[in-house]
Amino acid sequence: MNKTFIVLQREYLTRVKKKSFILLTFLMPLIMVSFIFVPILLEKVDKKEIQTIAVVDQSGEFQDAFKDNSYMKFQYVDPGKLEETRNDLKKNNFYALLQIPANIYTSNEALLFSDRQITMDIERGIRNKLESIMEKTKRDKLITELSIPDLEKRLASTKTSISINSSKISEDGKAQKSSAGLASIIGGITGFLIYMFLIMFGQMVMAGVMEEKSNRIVEVIVSSVKPFQLLVGKIVGIALVGLTQIVMWVILSVGLVFVAKAYFTTGGDGLAEAQNLMAQNAAMGGEQMQQFSNAKAQEVFEIISGINFPLIIGAFVFFFIGGYLLYSSFFGAIGAAVDAQEDAQQFMFPIMLPIIISFMMMISVVRNPDGPLAFWGSMIPLTSPIVMMARIPYGVPLWELALSMSILLASIVGAIWVAGKIYRTGILMYGKKASWKELLKWLRYKNY
Amino acid sequence: MTIFSAKNIVKNYAAHRALSGVSIDISEGSVFGLLGPNGAGKTTLIRIINQITAPDSGELFFEGRKLVASDVEKIGYLPEERGLYKKMKVGDQALYLAQLKGLSRRDALKRLKYWFEKFEIQPWWDKKVMELSKGMQQKVQFICTVLHEPKLLIFDEPFSGFDPINANMLKEEILELKSKGSTIIFSTHNMASVEEVCDNIALINKSHKILDGQIDEIRDRFRTNTYEVKFKGELSALQQNLNGNIEILDHAEAKRYNTIKLKHQLEISNNEMINLIAPAVDIVSFSEVIPSMNDVFIRVVKEANQN
Repeated sequence: MNKTFIVLQREYLTRVKKKSFILLTFLMPLIMVSFIFVPILLEKVDKKEIQTIAVVDQSGEFQDAFKDNSYMKFQYVDPGKLEETRNDLKKNNFYALLQIPANIYTSNEALLFSDRQITMDIERGIRNKLESIMEKTKRDKLITELSIPDLEKRLASTKTSISINSSKISEDGKAQKSSAGLASIIGGITGFLIYMFLIMFGQMVMAGVMEEKSNRIVEVIVSSVKPFQLLVGKIVGIALVGLTQIVMWVILSVGLVFVAKAYFTTGGDGLAEAQNLMAQNAAMGGEQMQQFSNAKAQEVFEIISGINFPLIIGAFVFFFIGGYLLYSSFFGAIGAAVDAQEDAQQFMFPIMLPIIISFMMMISVVRNPDGPLAFWGSMIPLTSPIVMMARIPYGVPLWELALSMSILLASIVGAIWVAGKIYRTGILMYGKKASWKELLKWLRYKNY
Repeated sequence: MTIFSAKNIVKNYAAHRALSGVSIDISEGSVFGLLGPNGAGKTTLIRIINQITAPDSGELFFEGRKLVASDVEKIGYLPEERGLYKKMKVGDQALYLAQLKGLSRRDALKRLKYWFEKFEIQPWWDKKVMELSKGMQQKVQFICTVLHEPKLLIFDEPFSGFDPINANMLKEEILELKSKGSTIIFSTHNMASVEEVCDNIALINKSHKILDGQIDEIRDRFRTNTYEVKFKGELSALQQNLNGNIEILDHAEAKRYNTIKLKHQLEISNNEMINLIAPAVDIVSFSEVIPSMNDVFIRVVKEANQN
């Protein structure tokens, strides 16, 4: 069996079996999905209770106007029994009593009594109902008064809603619906993931190298494998740990979303309910809303289908692995050069700096993906893994992408060569405090 | 037959020269002692033999041909700076190191079983290395070094960290390996153990090899005509017979006899010496003091440093 593979296997298995890895792998998707579903779940649990509201209509204008909904039931009470009912809400199982005074059309005030603190949802729900009923009554009255033929229809036809549909014209002249918002979100998320993984797994490589050096196991191992094989096995093994984590996250998140969705749709239709609630709050014309949201969904679907997911996923994997190989070589070399964690700090800083700078560049690049900062940031290999990733969802000219990738690949070869040299000398060098000058000297040593 | 030889090995580091033209020949089935003060270049030479570093110039031969990369599988190396992965289980670790030396998993398991039984350490298999004492770790390390039954074994300060009982056990293991046909390179500062186990030695000082050869022959070469004589009689009579050509190093008078340590200034054989003393005093015992490797080491290194 190839020795690099044996090393890789150990590096991979010891890390994947670690409790911290397993915990992070399973908890992360759970946390993410919880962020989406817990509020819905809570709302659902909350809404299970239907409150009965007593309505005392002193104006006589609201007979049968209040319709029950998912969380409120209305019961009309004779205005003569107002006092009696108000004093005995609990006995009659009323959550609250709504008193509509006779002069509501002039005073615009109604009264709500309860022996408990009335929730915002109930208060808002009742207010919206009153408003919409009164608006409709006033409007109908006006229309009848004016007696203009077809006024209602003509008024309805003035209702306007504008949406801006941005399209991107690709090189072959086809227009494709696009959304700057979505592109920036995808760019930002993928860029951030690469940023996080570079730091996380880069430091994992460094810690692994330092462990071998400080445990003094390295000399035993390099008498069996070439130091370079050991370094490559470690770097690739940890890269696979990272990929495993990403793949697990994606699978678990998608799975959890499906499970959660299935749970919500079969058990009580919480999602639909939440949507209903929003519709109620937003406007009165339920049907219009429905049409609107259908159209919107259509559009969103079109935008999503316009995003080149294979390209984004492919580029993500490439820039993740590329950036990781570049930086982990440096991290590995540092781990080999120093004796103790404290000494690592002075070398860590210059390596961490470009990663942090790329992250800051990314924040402005997602807003301006075609500026000079974006261009140069995505060409310089130290920043390109993060910056280019932020640009890709917007679409990047092919030649720029190819050039950026080639520069990155060439830099990786150079970085691994330099790191290999420093690593070979460093791992067997004890007690000597490494300096930048010293590292340069090591580059000139003759080794296998 | 020579199993390994190095010819004119030169290795420079940026600031200093670690080896200048060192040549050694190691015959098959022998124990070869690699000696020298700290920083003389021993570890560099060992690393070159293990192909951990490359020499700047010089040639290396293994089993009569040039040393190649795959020869690491025929070499077992126990470095002076040694350790194990602290959080890895003993068994996994031993398997890992064995596989890196080219053993299949199944072979490695079989052989590990044998060694763990031999050292009576089976209960350690599932323990993490960090739970073992230093001496226990050394045993595991020793097993990992010899497991792939290498033709050439290199032990760098193997006894450090062992208590006397385990050190003795280790010495016996080394001699047993030798009797089974392994060749051993043995680097240590413990000259007593060199005398006990080594057949040949090379002494390196400040990057130069300053002495090599068979151990008995070397000790003989450094004889100083020093004798220890126990006798009954008068010291003055003895001195008279030796014509004053001697230097008395030590003299102790006991009730029944005198003990004297003396050095003769001239090249003289033991028999001639006895013939000179015998008429004057009654010899109880007579022995030539052959220098220990410790004496040889100190003398040779001091002389080399003076030049």
